Amino acid sequence: MGIFQKLFGSKEKRLKAEKYKIGMEKTRRGSLSSLKDVLKQSKKIDEALYDKLEEIFIMADIGVDTVVGFVSELRKEVKKQEISSPIALENIIVDKMFELYLKGEIVNTNIRYNEGGLTVLLFVGVNGTGKTTSIGKLAHKLRKEGKSVMMAAGDTFRAGAINQLKIWGERVGCEVVAKSEGADPSAVIFDAIKHAKEAKVDVLLCDTAGRLQNKVNLMKELDKIKRTIEREIGSSHYETYLVVDATTGQNGLSQAKIFQEVTKLSGIVLTKLDGTAKGGIVLAIRNELGIPISFVGLGEKIDDIDYFDIEDYIYGLFADFFE
Amino acid sequence: MAFENLTGRLQMALRRITGKAKLTEVDIEEMMREVRLSLLEADVNFKVVKDFTSEVKELAMGEKILKGLDPGQQVVKIVNDELVKLMGNEAVLVDFRQNGPTVIMMVGLQGAGKTTTAGKLGAYLRKNHQLKPMLIAADIYRPAAIDQLMTVGQKLDIPVFQMGIDVNPRQIVEKGLKHAKEQGYDLIIIDTAGRLHINETLMDELVDIKKISKADEILLTVDAMTGQDAVNVATAFHEALDVTGCILTKLDGDTRGGAALSIRKVTGVPIKFAGTGEKLTEIEVFHPERMASRILGMGDVLSLIEKATEEIDEDEAMSMMEKMMSGKFNFNDLLKQMKMIKRMGAFSGILKMLPGMGALANSGKVDDKQIVYIQAIIQSMTEEERKNPELLERSSSRRNRIARGSGRSTTEVNRLISMLEKQQAMMKKAANFSPEAMEKMAGGAMPSMQNPTAVSKGKGKGKGGFRLK
Repeated sequence: MGIFQKLFGSKEKRLKAEKYKIGMEKTRRGSLSSLKDVLKQSKKIDEALYDKLEEIFIMADIGVDTVVGFVSELRKEVKKQEISSPIALENIIVDKMFELYLKGEIVNTNIRYNEGGLTVLLFVGVNGTGKTTSIGKLAHKLRKEGKSVMMAAGDTFRAGAINQLKIWGERVGCEVVAKSEGADPSAVIFDAIKHAKEAKVDVLLCDTAGRLQNKVNLMKELDKIKRTIEREIGSSHYETYLVVDATTGQNGLSQAKIFQEVTKLSGIVLTKLDGTAKGGIVLAIRNELGIPISFVGLGEKIDDIDYFDIEDYIYGLFADFFE
Repeated sequence: MAFENLTGRLQMALRRITGKAKLTEVDIEEMMREVRLSLLEADVNFKVVKDFTSEVKELAMGEKILKGLDPGQQVVKIVNDELVKLMGNEAVLVDFRQNGPTVIMMVGLQGAGKTTTAGKLGAYLRKNHQLKPMLIAADIYRPAAIDQLMTVGQKLDIPVFQMGIDVNPRQIVEKGLKHAKEQGYDLIIIDTAGRLHINETLMDELVDIKKISKADEILLTVDAMTGQDAVNVATAFHEALDVTGCILTKLDGDTRGGAALSIRKVTGVPIKFAGTGEKLTEIEVFHPERMASRILGMGDVLSLIEKATEEIDEDEAMSMMEKMMSGKFNFNDLLKQMKMIKRMGAFSGILKMLPGMGALANSGKVDDKQIVYIQAIIQSMTEEERKNPELLERSSSRRNRIARGSGRSTTEVNRLISMLEKQQAMMKKAANFSPEAMEKMAGGAMPSMQNPTAVSKGKGKGKGGFRLK
């Protein structure tokens, strides 16, 4: 029995992972040949098989560099273990995939709560990745976990963004601190922090305008927001999440890299995983920049957000091993 | 714009086979490997890349290469031609209905930029085709989506038809169309909700809206940063709706935008427009052939001319372009150009259109303040120095004086001087570099494409550049 079967032997565990699978299985059913088929149909481990594997990983947006490195690791392992049957690659692939993500570390993406005080969560990213929606869903989740929450409408640029967050505030049942469109986002967040402290709220979730990472002025604006939060909260009870759309290709790396330079990232929120895209770029981000994934968005409903679980994610990628 | 990094990769790949008298099969293999990698890094779909590289390889190894041409020239031409072919040959415009209003439906995934683009497109078609637009708010799902469209409409002075979020989108569209006809609007743009292509219920809704509205154009809005999945998304939307065109958004980012190539190749749907900024005027007609020359590092001189003529007095712009092309370009012209650029928009955007400067613009080193610094430096020169840039090249004391006068460092002054020099050279070459010209250039000297980063180094002429000799 493979590692994978062992991991997902428990029914409970598999049930939880189903959520990831539902979203991601659609591509596997589609034009993309599945990993299982490829391994089954190959008679031996040869260049053609490695090419096929490369293709599968690249099609998942894992990225050329990471895939090339990954496949060369596979080759080494095959040589070392003297494996000749393609299907035996399954375990190595899953194993190496974990290694790629974990990098021999214990990845802790828990929010560093300020017990008895205010914790600030800042959400950043390019336009249209789902920052506002993720904040709404996460606020709901944290509230269900017993935290009191508040939101700050830091996207003062996009038309309708403030109202969008306010509607989420109503759904979640929490207060939204907002100024008018065009206001200085740092000022909005400064006020929100002050207000949240007075109201003794546990967690403040701050929205920001979508910005492309190559826009120098917008990144400077973000730097100012960061400095405002650090000054008011200190750096230990404040998390910054980069929201990345699962359909994003290689540009995700550039996003993570440049946002990381401006405001240190605690983790990634991977959104829209309920589509056919697999969001493999986050593996490249983790591999090349060391930034872990903290949350995943799996749909449009208020409950469709979850803590990221690498086992579930890999299950989603390769779930057809069970079918 | 996009593709700068792809340019770099292709330039690197092509450099290896230049400077050789003969092109061997091994050379082509090696180059194609680089082309394949760079296209994959640019998010071009895996299968498209496979087809592309095998096509190019075949062409490069075929008899055409043996006509006594410089092999490097030939391969550049083939890659360029194939890229143009891949992206579709001509930009195809919206079909306007002669009797009755033209109806455009915006569709796409969540967050692609439909609402913003709907407004931009309305304003663009109003300006360029004298249409009277109206927007219909048919996104009842995303919180405040209607608000967003209303605000966009208000900013652009385009009316928005909406019925709140408790009415079925089909009904909204029906009523909206009736309203538009009564009021005499001749362009109707329907903003639909973002949806996943695998959500059957919502896809059915779009099919119904298409029937009700008898839409003339169904434009799929695609984020330029989309990865491998772009093909799945475009195929699914196309199968359900017979999409008539694509709009590529967020092209002002540093994405390489390979999705554009994939969508065109796999679905045959043409890319019609490109969103190039957050301002509501920042939309342009997509020019596949210009994108191809940008990929090859030739810059987008054509786009620059068009933008210049739109925003600036045409004569002024043309004489400037002529000067740029002729290579007789001095600091006075550069100063004038800077002023024009200021009027045209963000500096970094313009810089990317200039041949060989893409990487510089993307390096993050150039923000729009640079323009002020450059002006300060030029204004610290004497009239004579501005006219004769060579004076500065010869005299370091002149350069030091200018640095002191402008409050900038000597390095910056040197960089500006070498920038002018490079620009002169490159513009001259870019002027000659067209597919037709390439045919003629078979025996003559080919333009050398400078390594973009060499510009900022400002030393060693042509060093690291790639010469097709």
